[in-house]
Amino acid sequence: MLGGIYALLGIGLTLIFGIMRVVNFTHGELYSFGAYMMFALVMLLHVNFFVALVLAMALGIALGAAIEFVLLRKLRGADIDTTMLVMIGAWIAMQNLEQLAWSGVAKSIRTPFPSTPLVLGGLSVAWSRLFVFVVAIALIVAAYALVDRTRLGRAMRATFQDSDAARLMGVDIDRVYLSTFALGSGLAAAAGALLGPVFVVTPGMGDLAALKAFAVVILGGLGSIAGATVGGFLLAFIEEMGAGYVSSGYRDAMGFLLIILVLIVRPTGLFSRKERIG
Amino acid sequence: MKRLATAAFLAFLFSIPLWVGSLYVLHVLIVTGIFTIAAMSLNLLLGYTGQLSLGHVAFFGIGAYVSSLVSLGFSVHLAPNWLVTLDPQPVWLGMLWAIGVSGVCGWALGRISFKVRGAYFVIVTISFAEVVRLVALNWDELTQGPMALNNIPPLTVSIPGLFEFSFIGKVANYYLVLIAGIVAYVVIARLVHSRAGRAMIALKENEPLATSVGIEVTRYLVLSAVVSAAIAGAAGALYAQYIQIVDPNIFLFIYTVTMVIMVVIGGKGTLAGPIVGGLIFGLLPEALRSLHIGPELQWVAYGVLMIVIVSILPAGIVPALAGWRRARGPAKAGLGDAAEAAARQIAR
Amino acid sequence: MNEPVAAALSVDGLSIRFGGVTAVESMTFDVKEGEVLSLIGPNGAGKTSAFNAITGYLPAAAGSIVYRGTPLNGLKPSRIAALGVVRTFQKTSVFAGRSVLDNILIGLHLQSREHPLAIILGLPSVAREERRLVEKGREVLRFVGIESRESQLASSLAYGELRLLEVAVALAARPTLLLLDEPVAGMNSTETASFMETLGRIRASGVTILLVEHDMKMVMRISDRVVCLNQGRIIADGPPAEIQRHPEVIRAYLGERHARVEG
Repeated sequence: MLGGIYALLGIGLTLIFGIMRVVNFTHGELYSFGAYMMFALVMLLHVNFFVALVLAMALGIALGAAIEFVLLRKLRGADIDTTMLVMIGAWIAMQNLEQLAWSGVAKSIRTPFPSTPLVLGGLSVAWSRLFVFVVAIALIVAAYALVDRTRLGRAMRATFQDSDAARLMGVDIDRVYLSTFALGSGLAAAAGALLGPVFVVTPGMGDLAALKAFAVVILGGLGSIAGATVGGFLLAFIEEMGAGYVSSGYRDAMGFLLIILVLIVRPTGLFSRKERIG
Repeated sequence: MKRLATAAFLAFLFSIPLWVGSLYVLHVLIVTGIFTIAAMSLNLLLGYTGQLSLGHVAFFGIGAYVSSLVSLGFSVHLAPNWLVTLDPQPVWLGMLWAIGVSGVCGWALGRISFKVRGAYFVIVTISFAEVVRLVALNWDELTQGPMALNNIPPLTVSIPGLFEFSFIGKVANYYLVLIAGIVAYVVIARLVHSRAGRAMIALKENEPLATSVGIEVTRYLVLSAVVSAAIAGAAGALYAQYIQIVDPNIFLFIYTVTMVIMVVIGGKGTLAGPIVGGLIFGLLPEALRSLHIGPELQWVAYGVLMIVIVSILPAGIVPALAGWRRARGPAKAGLGDAAEAAARQIAR
Repeated sequence: MNEPVAAALSVDGLSIRFGGVTAVESMTFDVKEGEVLSLIGPNGAGKTSAFNAITGYLPAAAGSIVYRGTPLNGLKPSRIAALGVVRTFQKTSVFAGRSVLDNILIGLHLQSREHPLAIILGLPSVAREERRLVEKGREVLRFVGIESRESQLASSLAYGELRLLEVAVALAARPTLLLLDEPVAGMNSTETASFMETLGRIRASGVTILLVEHDMKMVMRISDRVVCLNQGRIIADGPPAEIQRHPEVIRAYLGERHARVEG
């Protein structure tokens, strides 16, 4: 199940990172934003759980679009340092705003699922986790379809290959960037909204999520949805294995060690198509 | 003229404990000073050599832990039946170890930075810091994990038979940090104004051109990383012996961000930049606290401030000031120019 | 003179491929010690790619490059520069944010030695070396003629002086083989004449020069030999007078002129 979540996070980031070449430090914040929105909608406004899920994702898309429009648009030509620093600034501001708004106490979200797990031939699965898994897969497939089949998706792929050529061919780069960032942010928010009810919601949850998203991107290669999907499940698997061998505290470290090792050996990721470095 | 300004500034700094009565203010200045030293070291790697290292706090923390562990002594199983024990050593030895180990980590980072570029390098550095934090958190046998290393002894300098002096208390540590800061500054200034420093700057400004005149990329990336890490490790060791408690939270990303903010807003690639940035971001939280603005709101303000400054003054405050002075007339010495010139004087 | 002049640079069967395109196919030519050889050809003929391969910025798919007996294939650019082979870039390339003198000091990197430990300890040998380098740097600036611009920011120089700075930086590295990529592109006739004179002085100091240029007048006047490339292949190789009348060369350039007229 975690694999699906990691994949969602990874897909969003790989698209943003790949197409816009921006190191998106706010990705984790959108994850926690999604979770907090779920909390607000379900617990405070008493909106139906499933409706809230859709709404949370929609809000994530909106926030992503806003960030792109307000911040990134101006920085289009700037060098990578400047853009990264602005993203870090935005990340700090967002996380602390969240802290201010919701306080640091962990929040839990009630789910409509029965608490007794479903038993499938020897395996006992919690309903909520099953739900998360199914929705995650659905979103992954939807994202893939969007990028593969639609006109917008084709524009995104063209921009990924060569943004100058795409512009010359008449692709509206502004719209592509806006959509990419919004979509990536929406997926992150969805991931948060899905996982929030399963665990608890805290302001710092986005940080770890963001780093794992980066791990997924590196495992799966830049710009590849299939790669990110594989990477997501791979990361979850490695974490499980690692946590089994070493103590569970190191579970999170697995992803980071993986990043470092992979990049040392293959500086552009495992499935990358690019030959040159950097 | 510039020499006079520098001397006056230094005299002012040395005089502070004489007329500042509040121990709290001294404490703030000490911590600010330590972070400024760390920021200066980051500036060498990020500002002068152009390496986007966002894991710098790892070196700081490694320095803190190594120094503490050596001065406290430790006992750890490196393998099920292989116990390694170290008796408590003098603090100054611990500090040397701290500088050494950090330097070696810097060396490793330098070698990696040659192969892994751009945004991927950023990710590697962040990951590295996170891994180190998780190790510090989980390897209780060595680091006591979240229980922290306590009762770290202060630095003691002694000549056997003649005297012994321990840096206990705020005033002593203030001077210790001030002197360390000056040493760090001088080292960095000398490096930057030399052939090696020019090579690092050349790599940042125009790497193909730099290699075309014979500058080896790996060698200077590594040199920059080693010196930068070693100084950060020293800062960490100073911190450990002053605060006397070290826990894994020292590795939190937020501290790297603090250093980055200091460097970037102060002015990366200038000698005065991290100092200006350090003073601002070391003292600002205190000023804001007296206005009863909570830490979260402060950080929101920093985030916004960073966005604003990076967009308007991409080079930072010091270069902007130097630019304004230059525009107003060649006769006036700008803050940046004065600092640069003063650095040259000190470095001779 | 009847003694055979040694080949300084030997390029044999060089092929360069990237991005699915063959930029250079089986290129073979020599540059003799002390001569000025010009590489000409229509745009896209592969000249800059050849430069990039010789100086280590592009890998060679096939063939060998040997300078004074040392194979250059696979060496890093900084290593090749240390062997005495220095190049300039087609797109104006200087250290824009640094002063003119600083640019030269960087170029003098290979001409000095400063141990990092000596630097950190502030030993007087370092200060002495720095002073020596400043003097040498001023010499180079005087040689090229821009010594008056010493403390100006490189980015503030006029175009002609900028290109001179580029050459000065390359000269500071004490090349024995200097590769110049379109050094007079964008210069007016006065600047070009002045540059040709500087080139003459560089050549007189014993440096072998490999030149890529479009300015035919200059090429014919200063070259000992000319090699013409078209679409990645060498189509002619000989003294300037011969090349000027070579039917293949004329065809290659006429073809380009036609394309420019139509397109």
